[in-house]
Amino acid sequence: MPTYRTRTGDGRLVDMTRDEIRQDLIAGSEDAADRGKIPPLTENEIDRLLDLFLDPACVVGVPAGSQVVTTQDAGNQRFDADSGSCGLGLGMGRIEGLHLMERAFAQDTIELGHIDYSYKVIKPIVAQEQAHLERALLSTVAPVFYGAMPNLGLYFAPDGPFGNPSDLLPAGKVKEALEAQEEASAHAQRDMVFVGTRLADSGADALNLDTTGAAGDADFHSALNTVEELKAKRPHLALEVGMASEFVLGMHGGLQYKGERLAGMYPHDQVRMVAEAGGDIFGPVVNTNTGRSMPWNLARSVCFVKACVEAATIPVHANVGMGVGGIPVFDTPAVDAVTRASVAMVEIARVDGL
Amino acid sequence: MPIAHGMASGMGGIRTAGDLVARMQLTQKMRISEAKAYVAEKLKVSVEDLVDVAVMRELREELDIGVVLGVPGCAKGMEAKERISEVLDIRVNCVERSRTRARAWRNQG
Repeated sequence: MPTYRTRTGDGRLVDMTRDEIRQDLIAGSEDAADRGKIPPLTENEIDRLLDLFLDPACVVGVPAGSQVVTTQDAGNQRFDADSGSCGLGLGMGRIEGLHLMERAFAQDTIELGHIDYSYKVIKPIVAQEQAHLERALLSTVAPVFYGAMPNLGLYFAPDGPFGNPSDLLPAGKVKEALEAQEEASAHAQRDMVFVGTRLADSGADALNLDTTGAAGDADFHSALNTVEELKAKRPHLALEVGMASEFVLGMHGGLQYKGERLAGMYPHDQVRMVAEAGGDIFGPVVNTNTGRSMPWNLARSVCFVKACVEAATIPVHANVGMGVGGIPVFDTPAVDAVTRASVAMVEIARVDGL
Repeated sequence: MPIAHGMASGMGGIRTAGDLVARMQLTQKMRISEAKAYVAEKLKVSVEDLVDVAVMRELREELDIGVVLGVPGCAKGMEAKERISEVLDIRVNCVERSRTRARAWRNQG
């Protein structure tokens, strides 16, 4: 029986029969549907995904005219720092990195970021970031984002001033764990608004709150309140909220935004919260399971993102990077994997960007 | 990875009209089809032309909204964004900042 070459969730090549691929596509879709209480992919959509995996071409693409906007995180850092903090080993200035992204890589938007990519860390050096941003804006044409992470974990011991819920909860100190998260959320909001207002005043086109929700519902809570406050103070600063996972973990469990509990939300609910807060772009994330095949992971990701796009009232730019959006977890993602995920997200999930 | 995405499904940035469509998403929260239609109308081209480098390379130079090559005399950086702001009839934050500061200096003088 003929086999087709695809990849596992950790990037290795694997040969699968047509039936095996199809079974994994259906299983991935059904997993997303079950968890998210959303419709599974249709037969036609499964067939389209199957076509992508049976196609022997290394590189696949969307039909001409169907292209979407590309945004990114980390941006200039990819050359000298990202991908596990070693990047491509190209020691270059951040503004030169932006120029490369704009002119050599033909990206639709570009992002300035710091190697220590968290708003708490940026706050004391925001003047340096403003100076870089202002110089970058003089010489670039594409929209310039400034990106960093809410990274609520930095506010907990030993890195921050508040007790660590991961220590407090197992010790039975539930009340203390909840209070720590609430206080950290408020502090993170204060720091992100501090940074955001200054970057807005320097002329940034947009701010990216990346990996939102990484520390659970309190992390998401701080980002939503930050968006709301920044929109009130600097209405012309576009705000993108990119998530860390498809599921908002209830580390606190009781935090709400506009009367809705955040814990347990999947992308189709997350996007509504971001839109209500005033966000301009939402970036859903679906984490890759390295123990499953890429067909399973991609079908699962597309199912979640499709539901998100259908529920959205703002543009959705799916996160389709290393280990997310169906792409294997591997620090140099294979072009065959990236382009298949790219096409699937555009054609089936109908995203507004990547 | 950005290159792979760009080749598979990206609009092409300032080679074509990707940056312009992106600006409509950022400033007006437009979905992709609406953003493309808006930009196409403003540029007086078809939606399909927005991603055709053969059309956009010349049009961008004609409108002076920034081209991907370093052509001397063509608008670059802030100059190009000034033009983009006019052509698309949108606010570009750094352009607005520059104009505000220039007005302040003129008023001081």
